[in-house]
Amino acid sequence: MTTQPSDTAVPQGANARRLLPLAGRTLTLEQHRALHGPPAYQGSAQAVINEVRAAGLTGRGGAGFPTYRKLEAVLNAPGRAVVVANGAEGEPASYKDRTLLYSDPHLVLDGLQLAAEAVQARQAYAYVHPDQRVLRQVREAVADRLRAGIDRVPVTVVEAPPRFIAGQETAVVHRIEGGLALPRYAPVRVTERGIGGAPTLVQNVETLAHLALIARYGAGWFRGAGTPEEPGSLLATVHRPNASPKVIETAAGVALRELLGLDGYPARAVLIGGYHGTWLPADRVADLPLTNAALRAHGASLGAGVLVALPVDSCGLRETARIVSYLAAESAGQCGPCLNGLPRIAHALTALAGPGAHPRERADVSRWAGQVERRGACHHPDGSMRLVRSALTVFEEELWRHEHGTCVAPNSGAFLPLPSPMNPPRTDEDWR
Amino acid sequence: MTTNGTSIAPATRLRLDPTKCSGHGLCAELLGEHIALDEWGYPIIADGDIPAPLLADARRAVTDCPALALRLDRGARR
Repeated sequence: MTTQPSDTAVPQGANARRLLPLAGRTLTLEQHRALHGPPAYQGSAQAVINEVRAAGLTGRGGAGFPTYRKLEAVLNAPGRAVVVANGAEGEPASYKDRTLLYSDPHLVLDGLQLAAEAVQARQAYAYVHPDQRVLRQVREAVADRLRAGIDRVPVTVVEAPPRFIAGQETAVVHRIEGGLALPRYAPVRVTERGIGGAPTLVQNVETLAHLALIARYGAGWFRGAGTPEEPGSLLATVHRPNASPKVIETAAGVALRELLGLDGYPARAVLIGGYHGTWLPADRVADLPLTNAALRAHGASLGAGVLVALPVDSCGLRETARIVSYLAAESAGQCGPCLNGLPRIAHALTALAGPGAHPRERADVSRWAGQVERRGACHHPDGSMRLVRSALTVFEEELWRHEHGTCVAPNSGAFLPLPSPMNPPRTDEDWR
Repeated sequence: MTTNGTSIAPATRLRLDPTKCSGHGLCAELLGEHIALDEWGYPIIADGDIPAPLLADARRAVTDCPALALRLDRGARR
């Protein structure tokens, strides 16, 4: 490769590409080090945590929890901690974690080392999406670092199964322990008792990449992008009409109208936060800034950064029915309400998405939704119902039309990406 | 794990491990005042502490659950 990242200035400012300076190519260890230098160890656990706190970094895996508080919880829990870079990215509409791991695996691995410093861990894992190209890059990066002797804590790479919920914290712990990537009912948080009973930090790979840059360039630099309340850049996977999905490095505060190209291609509706996310009417989203504060006021949250502008010629009900069928198939089948409720809801939604559905199906879906929410060991039923309930609201007019045998969307093709073929897990092997 | 060891009678809550529960429904028979069943026979546990008069029945629900999915928690949440 002829690229010379050393010629590239350290990315600065609000519009800079911080995480993906050379998207599409993989930075070698030399190139990465020429750009960012070695991992910027801070000298003590508290020093890392203080910088992360000053930066205002929040988790980029979906929950948006303040990172310093998680670091503190793991540091203060009794026992020697373990750290995990979570790159499972089970969400089929999200590509950002894979893109980051492929483009600059060393940035994530630097962050993993710093996270280990922050919680005084001596063991680290990289839990990675089963895309073989990505896995290969991560494995090679880990080997290169071992040869160069730059890591203080050894890193083991573990392949995640291609399941929607494989990145759920307890599933990650279970899989790394050698078990199946199934969520567990956990009365005690993994920050206290995770892998082998050790306090465990499970942190999204993008969060770790930010952590590496914060340690290197400081909290003030990090706050040069985004808003004071939601600082830093963020990776989003954007799906727009007439374009292939794109991973974009952006920041809180940008206009959703621009990010989603709503002026160029009007949308039927917008899906915020992926398949556990929320449908919103396109005209309501158009004037909002990309901030969790603004989205929350409309019942949505950015989650792991999946944004979808559904084309006007697509049917929101059909898209939702397809996704919920997928989500039902992705249930681990461990908890009765999820096992029984999700397939029934998916079936009813499929009927509602067809012509001449009976209004009773709508009532069924609402009632069943209430019976699965907050009743699982993980949030799969809750997130799935968030999507379902928002669809029933946003596509209310379509529901009425479908019940009367018509649909406004001429395009019967599918827009939202799903794994093909959809293989619901049937045996233990599907969870390894 | 969750006992707080205070001498004052602690609040008592029923906790369900939904991954263990297989919907036998025995708990709802023993403790109908506090547990209902959903359409598929799985327990919906009422919010809040178990009232003292129901404690004996709650303990039976815990010990008799064929899946050992129930637990009585004393003390604060978690």
